[in-house]
Amino acid sequence: MRLNTTVNGEARQVDDVWEGESLLYVLRERMGLPGSKNACEQGECGSCTVYLDGVTVCACLVAAGQAEGRDVRTVEGLTAGADLDPIQQAFIDAGAVQCGFCTPGLIVATHDLLARRPHPEVVEIREALAGNLCRCTGYQQIIEAVQAAAASRDAGAGSP
Amino acid sequence: MDFLRPGSWAEAVAAKAEQPAAAPLAGGTDLMVEINFDRRRPEALLDLNPISELADWAVEDGQLVLGATLPYARVITELGDRLPGLAMASRTIGSPQIRNRGSIGGNLGSASPAGDSHPVLLALDATVEVESTRGSRLIGVDDFYLGPKRSALAPDELIRAVRIPAGSGPCQFAKVGTRNAMVIAVCSFAVALHPATGSVRTGIGSAAPTPVRARDAEAFLAGELAATGHWESRAELPAGMAARFGELAAGAAVPIDDVRGTASYRRQALAVLARRTLTWAWQEYRECA
Repeated sequence: MRLNTTVNGEARQVDDVWEGESLLYVLRERMGLPGSKNACEQGECGSCTVYLDGVTVCACLVAAGQAEGRDVRTVEGLTAGADLDPIQQAFIDAGAVQCGFCTPGLIVATHDLLARRPHPEVVEIREALAGNLCRCTGYQQIIEAVQAAAASRDAGAGSP
Repeated sequence: MDFLRPGSWAEAVAAKAEQPAAAPLAGGTDLMVEINFDRRRPEALLDLNPISELADWAVEDGQLVLGATLPYARVITELGDRLPGLAMASRTIGSPQIRNRGSIGGNLGSASPAGDSHPVLLALDATVEVESTRGSRLIGVDDFYLGPKRSALAPDELIRAVRIPAGSGPCQFAKVGTRNAMVIAVCSFAVALHPATGSVRTGIGSAAPTPVRARDAEAFLAGELAATGHWESRAELPAGMAARFGELAAGAAVPIDDVRGTASYRRQALAVLARRTLTWAWQEYRECA
């Protein structure tokens, strides 16, 4: 089937999409957007977290056809060009990236959290990121990165 | 595989009649896992997301009517005051991403004995509204669950909404699992006090082939509360009443040993959950005097 969807602000059309395939497969294999990671394929790990109409979802659990006419924003679309979002910079600075596989999902989940709660408590960070698994860091650096990102936004760095 | 995208509820019902093997798809949190792992190949997917009215809720005739695809995230944010027990159970489901997509209609459609909304729906005496081209019918939640992942839904029917009586008494829910998030219940329990009718209702999850009520525990507690004038006095529960309620609740379970826990652990944990949730609910009842 043919799929028409908006990805990172750009109208995209892809053909020969299998009806049972996931939005994640379409993003990675048909649109050349490998930022969203394919790990568990069952919504457990959060590595494929993207925005669908402004709401965070696991792209592996969205059927491709369900994205028809809707707005998708991936980790690649958080900033324009090569600039890093302050959240991405904070993850680097805090040592919150080790193997890096979980990072894109965590960045999108954090982006959503800080849009709703600019100054989250640690328990709120833990709850908001509960659907994103990291097997390297033990999470402490990730929580510190979220706090640092919140602080850097206050300092005027801003984030769209 | 066909991908069916009905533009309205009527079109969805018609599509299901024409292709009863089409799998209704909402949040995909169960169905997409089965497709991704090649465990299921439905001949068609029937996408319910385009039907916006299904994702809404309303108050009608003293009932809260929750559309089948209303996501858990909105049950928590929009119905936490009116349906605190259901919001509590919703908070324990999956992760934020899962709660943004998964819905009570989906929980009912999957009819897993481990579904976290079922114990609360049993305790609140919910009704499931289903429809086909033959007409619509209301199925009491007591009659909805038939077996593991089997429900009273006919092949040509779709779940439209779940109806819950508004404004009853306190309702509490608790669940045992290895984490606070992303966990399938080892066992779960809900209790609701219905002071207007002097009744008590319960629901047990993940400890029988279907979600079940603990009827002996309900009858015991309702009888004791009436006999001792506790509904009126709102006095503290006498020592032993909550414990006995817990024992009877555990006795209603028919658990098995599986990867998440043993049958004997489930029975023991249920006794604790039932005692605890009753204690919380009764405290709430005393405080709202």
